[in-house]
Amino acid sequence: MGLEAKLNQDGFITTTVDAIVAWSMKNSVWPMPMGISCCAIEMMASGDPKYDIARFGSEVMRFTPRQCDLMIVAGTVTYKMSHVVRKIYDQMPDPKWVIAMGACTSSGGMYRSYNVVQGIDQFLPVDIYLAGCPPRPDNLLNALIQIQEKVGRTKVREFTNKPMPELTVLQNN
Amino acid sequence: MTINELIESKLKENFKDVGFTFTTYLDELTVSFNKKNIVEVCSFLKTNPELEFLLSEDITAIDNATRKNRFTVVYHIFSLKNKFRLRLKCDVDESDCNIDTVSSVWKTADWQEREAYDMYGIKFNNHSDLRRMYMPEDFEYHPLRKDFPLLGIPGSLSLPKK
Ligand code: SF4
Repeated sequence: MGLEAKLNQDGFITTTVDAIVAWSMKNSVWPMPMGISCCAIEMMASGDPKYDIARFGSEVMRFTPRQCDLMIVAGTVTYKMSHVVRKIYDQMPDPKWVIAMGACTSSGGMYRSYNVVQGIDQFLPVDIYLAGCPPRPDNLLNALIQIQEKVGRTKVREFTNKPMPELTVLQNN
Repeated sequence: MTINELIESKLKENFKDVGFTFTTYLDELTVSFNKKNIVEVCSFLKTNPELEFLLSEDITAIDNATRKNRFTVVYHIFSLKNKFRLRLKCDVDESDCNIDTVSSVWKTADWQEREAYDMYGIKFNNHSDLRRMYMPEDFEYHPLRKDFPLLGIPGSLSLPKK
């Protein structure tokens, strides 16, 4: 029974603010596509009609962090790039979540080398590590569903009065 | 006369006091000579109407680790006129780690030399803008040198605050 049917029948519903906010947030997770290398192609494919990320209310990929609450880091993060990734993350409003998409992002992957960060958890709080090189789009959708479950358990009050992050000016490399 | 012979004779005739070494491997010609002649040899190869090596495809280096002349700077140049690729090599020692820039000959050498500087630490004299290309400005090391560890030096590259 959908919400419309329930409202038609009774004209009202009772709930808690936490529940309805979490319910609406989890069905409209707006991703910040942080596509840095090959994994980003699979992330783009998850938006096509075959995989259709719109089914989860997450088709709103804007290339600005201002309205996003999920950062999908898809690709190889180098030390030089890590400052940019962190800055964009800091610019996203709370509450926010992070998917580390692919082997590179999660652990440096096959790049055991001086220039690649061996896992973005060294500078970002990661919620889901997504395996694969590259992960298939349906695997990304699976991660999204897990994020949705996590969002559903979120309480609004956990995020009230949270201090703003300190935004540092990037040095010009 | 083949193009290999043409290049050999032209170079020998115009630079009498430069000791060239010509080697051919799989029909590819390589010319090695002293680094102090690099600019004149390059501009000759570019401007000579029969050769016209107008394109600098790549400038890179080799680290021979323990050898006396530790580095070799390698130039790959191409003649559209002859459809011919030529490789130039100049040895550079670690104690005197510099070579003259050829960016006055080929403009694109500007970036190619910056890359070689970034990765091997070879200075290109008279280069107008010798900055790092891939690594951050304040990075101290040169990653493609043989003595640089593959996994880098901990703490040499900064990470954002968590
Ligand atoms: S995990 Fe594989 S596909 Fe993804 S960015 Fe790394 S190399 Fe590319």
